Amino acid sequence: MNTVNYLEILRLAAPETIVTVTVLIVLGADVTVMRGKSIAARFNVGALLSILGCIFAALLAFTRHTEANLFNGLMVVDPSSDFVKVAILALTVFTILISTSARFTDHVGEYLSLILLGTIGLMFLVSTEDLLMVFIALEFASLALYILTAFNKHNEKSAEAALKYFLFGGMSAAFLLFGFSLLYGISGSTNLREIAVGIAGKGFDPLLLVALVTTIIGFGFKVAAVPFHLWAPDAYEGAPTPSAAFIGSGSKVASFYVLAKIFTLGFVGAEGSAVWHGYLSGWTPVFAIVAALSMVLGNLTAIVQSSVKRLLAYSAIAHAGYMLLGVLSNTPASASAMMFYVITYALTTIGAFGVVMVVEEATGGDAIKNFAGLSRRAPGLSLCLLIFLLSLGGIPPLAGFIGKFFLFSAAVSAGANLGLLWLVILAIAMSAVSFYYYLRVLKAAYVEDAPGEAPAIKVPLLTFLALVLLALLVILFGCVPGLLTQFL
Amino acid sequence: MNHWLTILTLVPFIGGIVIAGLGADRKNLVCGLALATSLVGLGGALCLWLHFDTSQGGIQFSEQFDWVPSLGIQYFLGVDGLGLLMVLLTAIVTPLAILASWRMDDRPHVYHALILWLQAGLFGTFTALNFFHWFLFWELGLIPAFFLIKLWGGPKRGPAATQFFVYTMVGSVALLLSFLAIRLATGSFDFIELAGLAKSGVLTTKLQAAFGWKNIGLIVFFGAFLGFAVKVPLIPFHTWLPAAYSEAPSPVTMLLTGVMSKMGVYGFLRILLPIFPDQIRQVLTLLLWLAVATIVLSACAAFAQRDLKRIIAYSSINHLGYCLLALFAATAVATGVNNSDLQKAAALDGALLQMFNHGLTASALFLFVALLERRSGGLRGLDDFGGLRKIIPVFTGLMGISIFSSLGLPGLNGFVGEFLIFKGVFPLAPWAAAISTIGLLVTAIFLLTLIQRVFCGPLNARWAKMPDLTTAERFLVLPGIALMFVLGIWPQFILGAVDATVMKLVQQLNF
Amino acid sequence: MLAWTIYITFFGVLVLMLLPRDQQRAARIVALLTAIAGCVVAFVGAIQQANPGEVATIVKAPWIPSIGANYYLAADGISLVLVVLTGLAAVSGILFSWNIEKRTKEFFAFYLALIGGVYGVFLSFDVLLLFVFYELTIIPKYFLIARWGSTRKEYGAMKLALYSFVGSHLVLIGLIAAWVVAKGQLGHASLDLLELSKVAFPIAFQHWVFPLVFVGFAILAGMWPFHTWAPTGHVAAPTAGSMLLAGVVMKLGAYGCLRVAMVMFPEGVRMWQGEIACLAVAGIVYGAGVALVQRDFKFVIGYSSVSHMGFVLLGLATLNTIGLDGAVLQMFSHGIIAGLLFGVVGRMVYDRTHTRDFNDLETMQLGKLLPFAGVTFVIAGIASMGLPGFSGFVAEFQVLMGAWTVFPKLTILSGLGILIGVAYTLRAIQKGFYSDAPPKPVDHAHPLNPISIPERFGAVMLIGASLVVGLFPGLLMNWIEPCFNSPLSMFARLLVKGGSQ
Repeated sequence: MNTVNYLEILRLAAPETIVTVTVLIVLGADVTVMRGKSIAARFNVGALLSILGCIFAALLAFTRHTEANLFNGLMVVDPSSDFVKVAILALTVFTILISTSARFTDHVGEYLSLILLGTIGLMFLVSTEDLLMVFIALEFASLALYILTAFNKHNEKSAEAALKYFLFGGMSAAFLLFGFSLLYGISGSTNLREIAVGIAGKGFDPLLLVALVTTIIGFGFKVAAVPFHLWAPDAYEGAPTPSAAFIGSGSKVASFYVLAKIFTLGFVGAEGSAVWHGYLSGWTPVFAIVAALSMVLGNLTAIVQSSVKRLLAYSAIAHAGYMLLGVLSNTPASASAMMFYVITYALTTIGAFGVVMVVEEATGGDAIKNFAGLSRRAPGLSLCLLIFLLSLGGIPPLAGFIGKFFLFSAAVSAGANLGLLWLVILAIAMSAVSFYYYLRVLKAAYVEDAPGEAPAIKVPLLTFLALVLLALLVILFGCVPGLLTQFL
Repeated sequence: MNHWLTILTLVPFIGGIVIAGLGADRKNLVCGLALATSLVGLGGALCLWLHFDTSQGGIQFSEQFDWVPSLGIQYFLGVDGLGLLMVLLTAIVTPLAILASWRMDDRPHVYHALILWLQAGLFGTFTALNFFHWFLFWELGLIPAFFLIKLWGGPKRGPAATQFFVYTMVGSVALLLSFLAIRLATGSFDFIELAGLAKSGVLTTKLQAAFGWKNIGLIVFFGAFLGFAVKVPLIPFHTWLPAAYSEAPSPVTMLLTGVMSKMGVYGFLRILLPIFPDQIRQVLTLLLWLAVATIVLSACAAFAQRDLKRIIAYSSINHLGYCLLALFAATAVATGVNNSDLQKAAALDGALLQMFNHGLTASALFLFVALLERRSGGLRGLDDFGGLRKIIPVFTGLMGISIFSSLGLPGLNGFVGEFLIFKGVFPLAPWAAAISTIGLLVTAIFLLTLIQRVFCGPLNARWAKMPDLTTAERFLVLPGIALMFVLGIWPQFILGAVDATVMKLVQQLNF
Repeated sequence: MLAWTIYITFFGVLVLMLLPRDQQRAARIVALLTAIAGCVVAFVGAIQQANPGEVATIVKAPWIPSIGANYYLAADGISLVLVVLTGLAAVSGILFSWNIEKRTKEFFAFYLALIGGVYGVFLSFDVLLLFVFYELTIIPKYFLIARWGSTRKEYGAMKLALYSFVGSHLVLIGLIAAWVVAKGQLGHASLDLLELSKVAFPIAFQHWVFPLVFVGFAILAGMWPFHTWAPTGHVAAPTAGSMLLAGVVMKLGAYGCLRVAMVMFPEGVRMWQGEIACLAVAGIVYGAGVALVQRDFKFVIGYSSVSHMGFVLLGLATLNTIGLDGAVLQMFSHGIIAGLLFGVVGRMVYDRTHTRDFNDLETMQLGKLLPFAGVTFVIAGIASMGLPGFSGFVAEFQVLMGAWTVFPKLTILSGLGILIGVAYTLRAIQKGFYSDAPPKPVDHAHPLNPISIPERFGAVMLIGASLVVGLFPGLLMNWIEPCFNSPLSMFARLLVKGGSQ
């Protein structure tokens, strides 16, 4: 084994390091300089610092073009993972921007630094090819997310949601760990590429099958795929809105990236096949079933929701189904399509949660009826909502549509003889269904009138800027997807 | 190339537009302009009549140029004796109808505009020789007629108008489909060209080739037949007629019966006979039976009516039945008949004469009913009157002449036409002619009954003050009455003009 | 040049969005000017196009190279006809909605957004771009109906939106599958319609993918039995909304059927030709039959649209030049006539009387109170019946002519549809305007407003268009015909076999 060059580690982990330093600065500033100032001021300064840190880190990651592999895959840096980090950082920035107007807590420094800590965990998660590191980073990020969920101390639901999330998360960690240990037992390594070599040619022994299924279960919890999704609606509903946005965006991007990595790198040879009339056991058919269930159940359940946050949660489950489609297609094209989808989805989700948060603060609830007359009360806000929800529903020329097109066309190309078309047909059919519930929200905003005298809603400037920026990005990536695809 | 026929059609059309634009307030101007326009039409028709070369049976005054080349549609106008006769009839009846509605109050501008548009449609129909715009005018005539009934008709005008329209449209659609089929098979809409194809027998073959059905010729024929049979009408397609005729305002009924019903017969002569001679021969017996049924049943139906207008309406069906009888008989393959061409010519001559006569007589009769209605305040039941001859002798006399003309009294016009028809039909289809004579008999009975109930017998005291015809009204009816006498005594006036056309038609019908 | 129709229209949307909320008059004028500018550009651009038989490229720039998508706008004769129709419909729709008082600027913004999308569909020669514009129209039409509509507007709007969405998703499935197969055959990804129209997709593939794409589009064209959105949607929509729905949106569906489904999968069409024709004729007869028994004035027109669109589909199914010519012409004709009918019923009658129930209208003697409306409806009705002299006749005439050779029995049946068409139109004229029912005393306190100038302009414009095309069909036929006749055109494959011509 080579001698460890700590400077090299620090150089490669520079973005993470910068964010870590930022955490310290934010915390320090909040307890020292900003002590006794108004919450708004504390939020603004804290957010400014965090954002500066994130941008700095992102710029670094974006411009360095390094490829390195430390400690036998424990830390892998390449342009692809760097770009995902940039995306995660950008999502963090947006999350922070929309959280500046939040008033559920006075622990500003802690809240912001938890978001940043979560981000660090996610950044480590994407730059590893080792199961051990995957597990540690995942748990690190999750821990931050659990706390973020529980952060609204005035709301019992927040605590309940956090507990639920925590319990489910713990269970999924157990499953993951079990699966990983079996993998190690089979192959004698925790490195993904070595695992692939280790299991190659062994056929499908029951041990591998158990490892495979438990890993999938573990990640199923993380990405909230049916049937491991039960925590998601409650967590999304109970958590403070910016936290929910973060769970739904940054964490999703990282989880899917690493999920794809584990299965495409680590389970080479155990893919099986999910094509129609060409079923072979392996991980793709399992994914296919999970994806199908997620799409169907997520969309159908979303229809009957009256809380917009729950609706977004179920739609997140459904979208997880589409993304799994990208994973199980298992081609370079489908992987890049999946990442495009996941990133644009994350941007859109933050935007949607941002709008929900503003509406929630103004009207005291997130039920669909609270959105009535929004187009009159806050035209700009409702226009943003229109763009986000239509993008989620897959209406061109927004990013959501192009993402679906990429994803579905890649999936159809993947299976021999259009074999995955059945799953794509299901996905498209369900996406047609999804349009209905998004339209319900929009109907409230644009068609219905607010009950009684409804004053105009004042949208906090920073939040509004973030939302407009997000909306523009959603349009931009829809019209000129090349801007994003060139990095994936 | 001249444009007389186009101008003739355009005059009433534009006149109608101008009148519609005048508004309801300038009633006198509206009526005057309408009359003037129709008189211009009459003048034009007479000019054509005078310049018509009677020695040849072909198309004259023709205009022809491409319209929609991609569909093989040409703008092709022209008249032969048949078309000219019908144009003349239209030109005569329209001013009469306008005069008969001289004092109308309800939206006179629309009314007169519609009448003039109707006239334009009729002119167009009788001069068009390409299916496309022939059909355009055929339908164009229908719409004003519908609204004239719908807006100015009697108490049950709504259903009557709708029934009229829908029945005619059924026919029109069938006709349209048939011609589309023909166009597909032959690539032509030109009546003259199609007649040429039919004579050489190519038409049926082409149809069969295009569709692969053995009986397609017959189906197409029946489609076209339906279109015309409804218009004439032929029993059993006649049920719209009594309602429409009796509900329409009388001047409109004059046009309906005088000219519009001729559109149907004209269609038979111009289109069905030349284009489908084979098919007509195939089902000749059926067609003859239909004609006979039309003659006999409508006469019987007229006998059962109690409303003057309905009586005359049924008698109209009856009279046109003779025309069709002649037409169908003329297509018969006459083996063993001496001089079959001559007989056919006689039958067709008779049919043409009968068309003109009936146009004249029936419109005169409806005109009289209109005048009577004006005096009785809208009553026109057979039993509402009685003994009128004592108080309105001139009216009685002139209407009597028209009625006698209608039942075919020698010396009046009706006789010549029916005589020629029976002369021609007897050798060609003896049984049909024989049964049809029942129709003649019944017609005589009900018309005489009419005279008796209305004009003879004890005077109904209610009408004791009924005024006789005014001078203006006498001048209105006299030309028509005079024409009845003239044609009764000197039918050559008409026959001379159509003779060459009829001979050509007969040639066409023979192999 | 023609691309400016799209840009101008969307620019109009932008201007409207920036207008202050209370500037109703300005909003109307901006909308009208935008629509007129679009219309003029459409006309001029269409006339300038030297050879309508060829596809004249307007813009072609790479858009998403990785999947072979281009920003490709172009036009051939068929596009020209429909672009001109869109221009006319847009202007007349605005004239007929001059009286919108509620949230005027938003109304017109949605309205123009819809129009812009429609222009885009008709000018796109890239499948993805076409699809993008196609879906783009769904949202404005939903809001137009749900916000400014009447009778069960939210239900109607949602139904329309969902049907459209389901339809477009069927299309999407087919397109993705076709894209993958085409990529395999061409060796590179392509979404270019001209290129795809040359790809020989495997027969078995066409067999199942064609109906998917065709039905997806045909849902919006009102194909029976997927037509049920149409009557409810039309009835619920505000006047301008129904005018556009019937006038151009249904054409989008038919256009998609022709331009995408049929061009890409000619063998598929041939396999399903008979079934399509059956459904088309079922639509013709059923639509007409249902229209005959409606009590709501607008439902009559709504179902009549289903019936008339049946002719378009029947024309498409004939697969011969004349039938296709007729289908395209019928798209134009129905666009004009249905727009006019909805204009009369929605704007002239309903906005004044606030009822569309025949039982109420019968007592109103509208023919006398609103003579202009009466006459306009009569003329529109006559045109709608397909009487000669109006555009409908020339169009249906050609469709029937085309259909005779291929489906003689169905043609006869569709004749029945025409007849019922006559019957329901007459019934509507009678009950709506010239009823014999005893009149209710006129409410002098609330006299009906006289027909306004914009309405008159709109009506005269549409009647004029229908008449001109009816009398000189050559004007449009010169654009349509070369598209189908040229052996090099994208439709050539459609007509090679099977067609009689």
